[in-house]
Amino acid sequence: MATAIRVDHLGKRYRIGAMQTRFHYGMLRDVLMDVAMTPVHVFRSMTGKSMRGAEKFSYIWALNDVSFDVQEGQVLGIIGRNGAGKSTLLKVLARVTEPTRGTVSVRGRVGSLLEVGTGFHPELTGRENIYLNGAVLGMRRGETERKFDEIVAFSEVEQFIDTPVKRYSSGMYLRLAFAVAAHLEPEILVVDEVLAVGDAEFQKKCLGKMGDVAQQGRTVLFVSHNMSAVLRLTQEALVIDKGCLMMRAPTAEAVDYYLSAGHADAGERIWEADEVPAMAAPFTPISLRLKDMRGTIVDTVRSTESAAIEFEYQLSAPTTGLRVGFYLSTMRGDYVLTSFDTDEPEKFEKFSARKAGRYVSRCILPADLFNEGRYSLGVNASSFAVRRYFLDENALAFNVDVSGAPGTHWPEVRVGPIRPRLDWKIEKLD
Amino acid sequence: MAKSIELVRQPETIYIKPSTGLTALNLRDLWIYRELVYFMIWRDIKVRYKQTVLGAAWAIIQPVLTMLVFNFIFAGIAKVPTDGIPYPIFSYTALLPWGLFSAALNNASRSLTTNVSMVTKIYFPRLVLPLASVLGNLVDFAIAFLILIVMMIYYKVTPTAAIWTLPLFILLSIIAALGVSLWLAAINVQYRDVNYVLPFLTQFWMFVTPVAYSSKVISPKWQLVYSLNPMAGVVNGFRWALLGTPTGPNLQLLVSVGVTLVILVTGLFYFRYMERTFADMI
Repeated sequence: MATAIRVDHLGKRYRIGAMQTRFHYGMLRDVLMDVAMTPVHVFRSMTGKSMRGAEKFSYIWALNDVSFDVQEGQVLGIIGRNGAGKSTLLKVLARVTEPTRGTVSVRGRVGSLLEVGTGFHPELTGRENIYLNGAVLGMRRGETERKFDEIVAFSEVEQFIDTPVKRYSSGMYLRLAFAVAAHLEPEILVVDEVLAVGDAEFQKKCLGKMGDVAQQGRTVLFVSHNMSAVLRLTQEALVIDKGCLMMRAPTAEAVDYYLSAGHADAGERIWEADEVPAMAAPFTPISLRLKDMRGTIVDTVRSTESAAIEFEYQLSAPTTGLRVGFYLSTMRGDYVLTSFDTDEPEKFEKFSARKAGRYVSRCILPADLFNEGRYSLGVNASSFAVRRYFLDENALAFNVDVSGAPGTHWPEVRVGPIRPRLDWKIEKLD
Repeated sequence: MAKSIELVRQPETIYIKPSTGLTALNLRDLWIYRELVYFMIWRDIKVRYKQTVLGAAWAIIQPVLTMLVFNFIFAGIAKVPTDGIPYPIFSYTALLPWGLFSAALNNASRSLTTNVSMVTKIYFPRLVLPLASVLGNLVDFAIAFLILIVMMIYYKVTPTAAIWTLPLFILLSIIAALGVSLWLAAINVQYRDVNYVLPFLTQFWMFVTPVAYSSKVISPKWQLVYSLNPMAGVVNGFRWALLGTPTGPNLQLLVSVGVTLVILVTGLFYFRYMERTFADMI
């Protein structure tokens, strides 16, 4: 079987934050010199060369020495945190941006589902946009014509096909855009976070479409934060972190590695002094952390494992009646639960009056409770019916991954925020 | 699912690597994407007058109103010489190619920055965008041309035998607009100052083009410098071919053509050279 993609020591460097020191407010002569030299600098940067580039800018390597091969017909997962370099890799593969180092050879047309709606014009009708978008994605007109009915059926917007897309709801717009991209039939398909598009029903269709593509023997690169989807759809996966390829392994192993790798920033919220309002005194929040079973700070917890929430804070004076706790809500803003550290009467007896000092309130989120998705933790420190010291409704966000949870052998999205492991009994009655 | 011909076609291997120095123009790639050029032109035309009451009539109203204003100022007050041609048709003949050039220049110079999502998300030869923007203005030009025909009938002006050269002058103005906007579009990616420069540039350029006046008012010793402006050659050519003014092809026109080609070729190379950074800089 032939190699569809060969990536060889690929590196991509970006210039970040121009640390401008144009006018150093030195002698007037310097300033005038600088002004006089401006056209020269502008010209240099116009041609991409900056003599003083090294002093003025700092660089980051969004991709650093990445090498891998993908065989034709393989479905490869790519996982990594936000900013790990996944999108940069896809952009290089799609020839949108040039690498700084290394080479890539790609056999066949690369189509990507991260291009949904590119070139769509709000004033044009759905029908016109299908043709336009087809051309933008590199389809021949005959090809678009042949697939037109299929695209319309897939997008579920038959009724509005001759309405300008600016009148569409955002869901309809995305569905139509996705439908065109999904019918491109490239040799290599790049799928980036399809699950962010549309409702559960539509997502199911998208994943089904991807499965079809793979079955036709075409190569698929699947990028997602949804580990259960990656597990379901791919046999092998790459883990990328900070621009480097960390591992390439069978998907189960790669996902395991990804979920257990510690990550300092995410999964933890630290309050700086200036973020705490003066009226919170004597209460000062310090940090809120989410940890997995092994005690590592994580931004993604597995629903099959328990996790711990730790809220650390300082009391600068003795306080009575204090309760410290959290709200948990879905990203859509629906509350899932509220809990305080002194909810149990005996705990309230013991900790209702607390001396000045540094404290941590810790609780365990049990395993087999949450459904997949992203959740938000808010914190609250108050005395019931007396006063509220501190409130932060969105202190920390985290993901729940449901690989291995009940019902994940069916490739579908389950509705509802909880996914408990219920004890079913099946009896034969006759 | 019907097996399409595209699938049967043997896939081509593409090598992606950092480019260094001057890049080849790769016009073959542009040819492969010719359908995209067509669709971009179609889109521009389709949406240009959407949600306007007067629609495509704007393509006529703009030059006609300008002609009336010019007529009032330059024929009524300043009394500029027009080689014996009625002033309205004298200026309208020049306003046609000028309108084509200035609209093409303005649209094409902004073509990359108005299609950011295309530039940052998908691959296609970036030349498609300025090229389509320039060509899209030919439709407005054709509509405005109808008025010229009406005026010629009204003023009983017979076109000269040289009318066959008209497409060549249109081509010259298209190439000039493309050449300049290749430079400006590429610079605009990094320096949005171009957006502010464009209105001045267009205005200034019109003053150094014989739109409102005859190029004969320029003294002979400055004629050669004057013809460094490609649009001077275009406007003179238009008047010569349609109205029979004595401004036919001469050395000045040759200079205009030369300047245009230099701008186009340097513009193409500069554009191609900067193309690699577009997605990162825009």
